[in-house]
Amino acid sequence: MPVVDLAETTKRDLNAQLHALPADTNATHWTVENSEGQHALAVGLDVPITVEINGHAGYYCAGMNKQATVVVDGNVGVGVAENMLSGKVHVKGDASQSAGATAHGGLLVIDGDASARCGISMKGVDIVVKGSIGAMSAFMAQSGNLVVLGDAGDALGDSIYEARLYVRGTVKSLGADCIEKELRDEHKADLRRLLDAAGLDETVSVADFRRYGSARGLYNFHVDNSSAY
Amino acid sequence: MCGIVGLFLKNSTLEPRFGELLGEMLVVMTGRGPDSAGFAVYGSGENGRIKLTVRGDDLDSIVADLGGDISGFIRDTHLVLTLPERDEQRVRDWLAASRPDLAVTGAGERIELYKEVGLPADVAKRFGLAGMSGTHGIGHTRMATESAVTTAGAHPFSTGTDQCLVHNGSLSNHRSLRRMLEPKGIRFSTDNDSEVAAGYLSWKLQEGATLAEALEASLDDLDGFFTFVVGTESGFAVLRDPVSCKPAVMAETDDYVAFGSEYRALAGLPGIQNARVFEPEPARVYAWERN
Repeated sequence: MPVVDLAETTKRDLNAQLHALPADTNATHWTVENSEGQHALAVGLDVPITVEINGHAGYYCAGMNKQATVVVDGNVGVGVAENMLSGKVHVKGDASQSAGATAHGGLLVIDGDASARCGISMKGVDIVVKGSIGAMSAFMAQSGNLVVLGDAGDALGDSIYEARLYVRGTVKSLGADCIEKELRDEHKADLRRLLDAAGLDETVSVADFRRYGSARGLYNFHVDNSSAY
Repeated sequence: MCGIVGLFLKNSTLEPRFGELLGEMLVVMTGRGPDSAGFAVYGSGENGRIKLTVRGDDLDSIVADLGGDISGFIRDTHLVLTLPERDEQRVRDWLAASRPDLAVTGAGERIELYKEVGLPADVAKRFGLAGMSGTHGIGHTRMATESAVTTAGAHPFSTGTDQCLVHNGSLSNHRSLRRMLEPKGIRFSTDNDSEVAAGYLSWKLQEGATLAEALEASLDDLDGFFTFVVGTESGFAVLRDPVSCKPAVMAETDDYVAFGSEYRALAGLPGIQNARVFEPEPARVYAWERN
């Protein structure tokens, strides 16, 4: 199975090799060494392979991911899995801002914390953060699920559309038009599915979470809401 | 864009390597700022004497011209003068009158402050950063977006004794702050918004605030985007605006605290594999003091 050492190979060469793989490739498991926080690692993948990055990654790691599984044994910079379409991205450390931004599908799992704007404008991705998330997370989130085992920072879900937010810890404040909603059985089932997918067993109980979502008050322009837009 | 870095040593055995470590961090940030670079280093100092870093051309005769108990050494376009504290005003007056072409970039017991136009690697080499020892310091790589690529627009800025600041971002109320600060005796030598932030902190420190308190107050009074890294004779601090518009990552070990705009800048530090790497929270002051 290929091992790419970024102390010897350039990031562009790594990405070019991954982009050149045919859909039925036998090289299904790649290991990347000495990532040293470089940007744009394993971006734009469109084959069902696994790429393991042993170390920290910089900006936009696994951006635009399709089909592939990308595992980062370290922290990631801004915009991990940005605009992901499918597949899975697993960060074993912390993520910087805008994790999973605009992502349409797939699963993003962050074992540590994610900082501000996690899930901003998410469009269908499932995000599970085992730590806490920073301020302004799920801003204008359109669809998909954001699960947080820790706490959420200020202005969670500001101007949210139809994404579902599940938080086990405290929420510092809710953003405009984001409200707490009832956690019904259908949500508990969905939450269990997400926790299972993230490798969390029954010791993490769905009953400990609270659900947040859109009050749907800002969908259509109303002059009384002008200060909230 | 711009890149900023900072390094605060806790373990004195690393001090001889300070310049080498800060220089590597600075050079990695070239992509964020290839136009100019600058850095401030807190090196050795002598009680009762002050160092003035002077920038410009034709520096050879200045020590002799000044006379008295003054020594100096030249690093490329910068001259570091060491003089008795009581002579500071006389020397500043002489420079202003006789050599108005020169600029004083920094003053203090231990601070030396260098900045120049060019790629960070070239700037670091011209000043011999790799050979400097120190306890802490900050650096900046500039990508000029709002004003010309000039040395005067390069960071760090120093507006008080042994104080310096690097800034990533832009301030929108720097004009009104400048009008407020100038009557209080804070001197500015450029039109740069970041210099106003430095001046604001100098004013607060002058009023008796601690570095952490001065930064805390800036959250109310500064309007705009900023990540600041600030140095004083004994302190080192970091602050991001409440929206955390500009990137920041930090690493702490038993040996040092390090700041970078991106993790890449920290990747070469000793023991980084086992450091506590974290992203500073918005609107929270992080400050360290030397014992």
